[in-house]
Amino acid sequence: MGTSLDVNALADRTRRRQRREAFVTHACLALGVLIFAFPIYLTIIGSTHDVNTIGRGDVPLLPGGEAAANYAQAWGVGGGRFMGVPAGVMLFNSVIMAMCVAVGKIAISLTSAYAVVFFRFPFRMMFFWLIFITLMLPVEVRIIPTIQVMVDLNMTNSYQGLIIPLIASATATLLFRQFFLTIPDEYVEAAKIDGAGPIRFFIDVILPLSRTNVAALFVILFIYGWNQYLWPLLIVNDRSMETVVVGLTKMIGSGDSQNEWNVIMATAVLALLPPVAVVVLMQRWFVKGLTETEK
Amino acid sequence: MATLTLRDIKKSFAQTAVLHGVDLDVRHGEMIVIVGASGCGKSTLLRIVAGLEAATSGDVIIDGQNVTPLEPADRDVAMVFQNYALYPHMSVFQNMAYGLKIRGMPREEIIKRVDEAATLLGIQPLLERKPRQLSGGQRQRVAMGRAIVRNPKLFLFDEPLSNLDAKLRVQMRAEIRHLQKRLRVTSLFVTHDQVEAMTLGDRLVVMHAGHAAQIATPMEIWERPADTYVAGFIGSPSMNLLPATLLEGGGAARLDGSGLVLPFADGARGGAAGRKLTIGIRPEHLRIGQGGLDVMVELVEPLGGESVLHGKLADGTALTARLPGATYQDGAMGVILPLEFLHVFDGDSGKRIEAGR
Amino acid sequence: MKKVYFKGIALPYFLLLPQIIITGLFFFWPAAQAVRQSFLREDAFGLSSQFVGFENFTDVLSDPTWLDAAFRTLLFSSSVAILALGAALFLAVQADKHIRGADTYKTLLIWPYAVAPAIAAVLWLFMFHPNIGIFGRMLNALGVPWDYKLNGDQAMLLIIFAAAWKQVSYNFIFFLAGLQSIPKAVLEAAAIDGAGPMRRFWTVVFPLLSPTAFFLMVVNLVYAFFDTFGIIHSLTQGGPGKATETLIYRVYTDGVMNLNFGSSAAQSVILMILVIVLTMVQFRYVERKVHY
Repeated sequence: MGTSLDVNALADRTRRRQRREAFVTHACLALGVLIFAFPIYLTIIGSTHDVNTIGRGDVPLLPGGEAAANYAQAWGVGGGRFMGVPAGVMLFNSVIMAMCVAVGKIAISLTSAYAVVFFRFPFRMMFFWLIFITLMLPVEVRIIPTIQVMVDLNMTNSYQGLIIPLIASATATLLFRQFFLTIPDEYVEAAKIDGAGPIRFFIDVILPLSRTNVAALFVILFIYGWNQYLWPLLIVNDRSMETVVVGLTKMIGSGDSQNEWNVIMATAVLALLPPVAVVVLMQRWFVKGLTETEK
Repeated sequence: MATLTLRDIKKSFAQTAVLHGVDLDVRHGEMIVIVGASGCGKSTLLRIVAGLEAATSGDVIIDGQNVTPLEPADRDVAMVFQNYALYPHMSVFQNMAYGLKIRGMPREEIIKRVDEAATLLGIQPLLERKPRQLSGGQRQRVAMGRAIVRNPKLFLFDEPLSNLDAKLRVQMRAEIRHLQKRLRVTSLFVTHDQVEAMTLGDRLVVMHAGHAAQIATPMEIWERPADTYVAGFIGSPSMNLLPATLLEGGGAARLDGSGLVLPFADGARGGAAGRKLTIGIRPEHLRIGQGGLDVMVELVEPLGGESVLHGKLADGTALTARLPGATYQDGAMGVILPLEFLHVFDGDSGKRIEAGR
Repeated sequence: MKKVYFKGIALPYFLLLPQIIITGLFFFWPAAQAVRQSFLREDAFGLSSQFVGFENFTDVLSDPTWLDAAFRTLLFSSSVAILALGAALFLAVQADKHIRGADTYKTLLIWPYAVAPAIAAVLWLFMFHPNIGIFGRMLNALGVPWDYKLNGDQAMLLIIFAAAWKQVSYNFIFFLAGLQSIPKAVLEAAAIDGAGPMRRFWTVVFPLLSPTAFFLMVVNLVYAFFDTFGIIHSLTQGGPGKATETLIYRVYTDGVMNLNFGSSAAQSVILMILVIVLTMVQFRYVERKVHY
């Protein structure tokens, strides 16, 4: 190395560089957070003002006083140019749909994965591949014939119609299968020695072990169900069955300036609350679940 | 080849202090083994020397340069990690060449150096393989090769043998010692294994709860451990430590419990009568005979040429003996404590008390 | 496969039944129908249909507006993927550093996952509407004639940003997990070898991240192909003109609005084949490239 002077200079540069780097890191992350928070912030602010302020184009950056009125209207009456549906109703539909999709998918996938992993029976692998293939068929690709099936079965405009077709896709089943494969054989052997049958084993051993996976999947599937767009759009004509994501866009129509923007924004905020709450509250399981599923 | 000086190194993580002020002077070409139980701070100390952690206070001085504020890249040290830390996506050759490439060395020079190191370690046939295709021992050699080609001022080893099976560990231990002597690079070697420490080090640093309990050559540590911790840590089975009291005049101690009086063979110790002491004697120094302690042997472990006997004294204190042969039974036995092998420690602080102190 | 299992075959069939029934009814049957319909053409009154072989396909593939939409979709998808992946990787690298508040930043960057594509579109509409949007008005005030209802390029720009904005969270989570799965010791070894932060990133981190990156690229492309329907439908309805009509939107307009089932079915089948190819490529590549 060089003289003591060089080392001191290097040390100084290092210290300064480290401070600079920490600053840059904070700045970048803060900017990122801002970019994602700002649209929401704007919308929340907008939902607290009256329709004229927004319609005029005076975009407010600070809260106004109309929050109570707007949210009451959004919840109870609805808004938008075209006879709106009350957000209360739409939220209810969304909650039912998301909860049932999440719970239903988890239930079905648990039992299917259990069957495929812990038993041997003819066509076992064929069934597994059949389920696996559905990964490659997003609903948008078979949308029209699926609607046709629903019409034939008289399931349009109903909760069943909204929920059931979404329940069977493969991601959850694959996740559980992968997880079940990591459960040591010794557990099954111990259960057999103890005299427990497959159903007992499922309830007493498998379910408790699967708790984290179930929690993670719940978040993922709840969001999936809540955020559905094309499917509810087509399957539901009766406005009282509308979900809030679809209903919101219908309220906007073609984006006329004459819309009741304040109510629309309030509805948007309401539409965001449940899914965001679920993600934030269950964040740890959720992240774990996401990154383990796909790998 | 370089000297290393550590001056009063302290380290705290949040509110917890992990190192309480460690001083060390390492000579050119010396192999220092830092040994201690888990959590004693030895790995932290190594990482501070490497620059991967920053000391809370204190200085690291390599070859007279205070490198404390410098990044690892600027310190000219090389490190062998416990899990080898080979670059998984690069071949063995690329792993070894990486540091040289960064320093802008010309390609021919790099090839020459890598070849030399690979020959030294016997890994030339592996140069094109990826780490995941290598066994544990091979990976370890590549990790060492990566350090060797750099020709650094210091070699740092962070428990490199812990992940190898027992037989390989013994073999690699000898190879590392051989290599280090041949290359004469100043080295710090961290381990929790006292056998590795005794066989590898020119000098040992025995770490205990963030302090350097003793810094000395292996034999010195074995013959004159600085406190009861070092006494119990080095040597297997551990030294027997028996509570005792200093007698009037300081020339002998009486063991609590059995009342056996042990005169000091090497001179009187200072202090008033009744001073609390701990007397140490290694299991291999005990002899069978009457006139010493009565032991109830509860377990005999035959090792072939010798046996380890685990027993209890009358007052319930445990005693271990290592005796030649294989003809021992459970039951009562008398052992004598040869006076020339006694170690005297202060009963409260655990520190060694020499004659005349 | 597990070596130890339970006896009996009635129970497993019973357990599998719900999934198989629903999968059969709502996946395979419609998919088969879509394939079947793609070979048919209905007459003007929708009263009868005729087998036309691959005609629907050739018509679609030679239709200049379809090819336009295909090209547009390619442009849209790659832009969204690049934008969403680049931003997410950058943020993940920053969030992986050990600075105070790293966990808070992470939470704040993860929650946007909950936002539906359609709602993301609505939020961006609030910002970029030429009359009521803060940025829309700002652009107009600065002399840029901003109206995405009239300007096709601006409309495309808007949906690209809205779509990418929504997807960054998902990518961020995966990149962060990928970064955290790189053993710290490997990066320390690189530091000791003399590599600075930039070099460490490009020579060690990025190559080890490539399976994650590839996986995400496929996911992002599939997202851009299909899930962005909601964004387009809310913001631009494929317009102005056909400026933002992607292939999936065409399937919708041809099938649901124009009731041209044959053509729509053929388009669906083409998209189906594309997804299958993408998914298979993804599995092959990811399996091969994982290092440890």
